[in-house]
Amino acid sequence: MTAPSRPFEPKNGFVKWFDQQLPIFTLLHGALVAYPTPKNLNYWWSFGFLAGILLFVQIITGVVLAMHYTPHALMAFDSVEHIMRDVNYGWLLRYVHSNGAAFFFIVVYIHMFRGLYYGSYKGPREVLWMLGLVIFLLMMATAFMGYVLPWGQMSFWAATVITNLFGAIPLVGDAIVSLLWGGFAVDNPTLNRFFSLHYVLPFVIFGVVILHIWALHIPGSNNPLGIDVKGPQDQVDFHPYHVVKDTFMTSVMAIIFFAFVFYAPNYMGHPDNYIPADPMVTPAHIVPDWYFLPFYAILRSVPDVTIFGFTLIEAKLAGIMAMAASLLLLFALPWLDRSPVRSGTFRPIFKLLFWVLVVDVVILGIVGAKVPDDIAITIGEGGISWLIVGQLTTIYYFGFFLVALPLLAKFEKTKPLPESISEAILSRNAKA
Amino acid sequence: MSTMEQTTEHEETGARRRDFLFVAAGGFGVVAAGAAVWPLVDQMNPSADVLALSSIEVDLAPIAVGQAIKVKWRGKPVYIRRRTPAEIAAARDFPTADLPDAQSDEERVKAGHDEWLVVIGVCTHLGCIPIDYQGDYDGWYCPCHGSHYDTSGRIRKGPAPKNLAVPEYTFINDFRIKIG
Ligand code: HEM
Ligand code: FES
Repeated sequence: MTAPSRPFEPKNGFVKWFDQQLPIFTLLHGALVAYPTPKNLNYWWSFGFLAGILLFVQIITGVVLAMHYTPHALMAFDSVEHIMRDVNYGWLLRYVHSNGAAFFFIVVYIHMFRGLYYGSYKGPREVLWMLGLVIFLLMMATAFMGYVLPWGQMSFWAATVITNLFGAIPLVGDAIVSLLWGGFAVDNPTLNRFFSLHYVLPFVIFGVVILHIWALHIPGSNNPLGIDVKGPQDQVDFHPYHVVKDTFMTSVMAIIFFAFVFYAPNYMGHPDNYIPADPMVTPAHIVPDWYFLPFYAILRSVPDVTIFGFTLIEAKLAGIMAMAASLLLLFALPWLDRSPVRSGTFRPIFKLLFWVLVVDVVILGIVGAKVPDDIAITIGEGGISWLIVGQLTTIYYFGFFLVALPLLAKFEKTKPLPESISEAILSRNAKA
Repeated sequence: MSTMEQTTEHEETGARRRDFLFVAAGGFGVVAAGAAVWPLVDQMNPSADVLALSSIEVDLAPIAVGQAIKVKWRGKPVYIRRRTPAEIAAARDFPTADLPDAQSDEERVKAGHDEWLVVIGVCTHLGCIPIDYQGDYDGWYCPCHGSHYDTSGRIRKGPAPKNLAVPEYTFINDFRIKIG
């Protein structure tokens, strides 16, 4: 662990007695008070804290929602309406939980792009990065299963389409799908098990978050310059500096968050989910929750993989493989990008390609919500379909990670790095 | 030390016996772990009551020529369509070999009951419910990702890899079938 900047010296007799037998106060003091952080952290470093707040909000609101929710195909939809209409403040708790999930993803996506830009995945923080990805995968599973619980049309058909994806796995696909459903279609057994897992996974996430923070506190935080801390002159304590800064950011987020909760609570949802699930009718246009759209777009962009007119991999399987790869390659990121310079600030080409990637992922998100054969850009009579846009953006996504990063590590001319964090700050102040 | 000497003396036989015990204990442990995990996994498979609900009888008499009905079987829709001569001809005139999932119309109906087409109404792409009398071939059209099926329920265009599945069914008499 990065040593605390000052020792823990409790004045309270009880704390002193307790801490001698179980040094939990020492642990918290080292992690939240005397934890030394680089002086130059900017606001992008607050997003991990915000994610932690949101995990807490999801768990609290989720546990109370579960006191009123009924995980049964015949009653789930009505029980959610009961929460909305009858339960005291039920509408508030539900809207905080559903918008909380969306904000959780916004915050985590920003947190991840921050890590990408500043090279926080590079040594000595590879394990930290990979634990973050484990959290991300668990979040996706949790949110997907949570979305099924209200048992509306979107819940039902999202569950159907996503579970059917596993059917593309050769040989064992059908057995796996039937195992996931507990029947011949998505039905009550599916809903019941999804509720069980949706309840427990957030606590698993909580456990991995503890490991994530532990892995952070061994090397300490990276910083916008991406250079190592040289000594105490480069650092400030977590308390009061980041406690204040992160509290400020929490307030900013709360203002935006509650603007949604109170004024546009269904803005990020889909109206069809207020129609009870009907296994006999599919809605005209089904989409997953918005935070899955970029990956859904990659899934749909991949055509049959053929060699000499012979189909090697059917589009359905190829799409799933591409989607899985788009997530799993992030685990290999520390080894794809071997450039010794961490921060994008000193890597002109990386910086440019990074921002193109951000735009690329946003476009993928738009593509995921569209009908593939519709025209995206009209040119004369015809035009370019969303499918083509999706394919181009998918190629860029993979190209960035698998081609550009390894090449840049070899050929990019990086800018000179400052001597130290404090020197960089002093020279900037001198210029100003 | 005497104990030391003893171990060396018996090294060969002793070691072999240990190896055996080690493998036996390890093997036993693996079997035990498997036996403990399997019930935890298999509980997720369809339960006995779900499996028991698996056959239904349908009265066909009310269905007119050129009409289709949708019944629920195993939680999924099954389309029962009484086809017009033109629809049957449209399905049979197209060369079977040119289909993505080659299957003749005759293989998909019961001999002597050619006007009745019974298919599971679940798109073979990702499981949406296709809409009947829609699409380029007036069979079915799946709104999710645009698959077109013909009047025999065979895939003709779009991302779905297979024809609409024909469930197991038998004619009890000319106007009554049992599905499942
Ligand atoms: C990682 C944290 C969590 C995430 C990302 C998450 C996400 C979601 C989402 C997206 C929904 C659907 C909201 C809607 O459409 O109304 C939902 C519903 C639900 N969640 Fe969670 N959740 C989390 C934690 C929890 C926990 C810890 C519990 C309970 C112990 C819980 C209980 C419920 C219940 C009962 C519902 C159904 C009621 C409703 O539709 O509002 N959730 N969750
Ligand atoms: S589910 Fe029917 S086309 Fe995709």
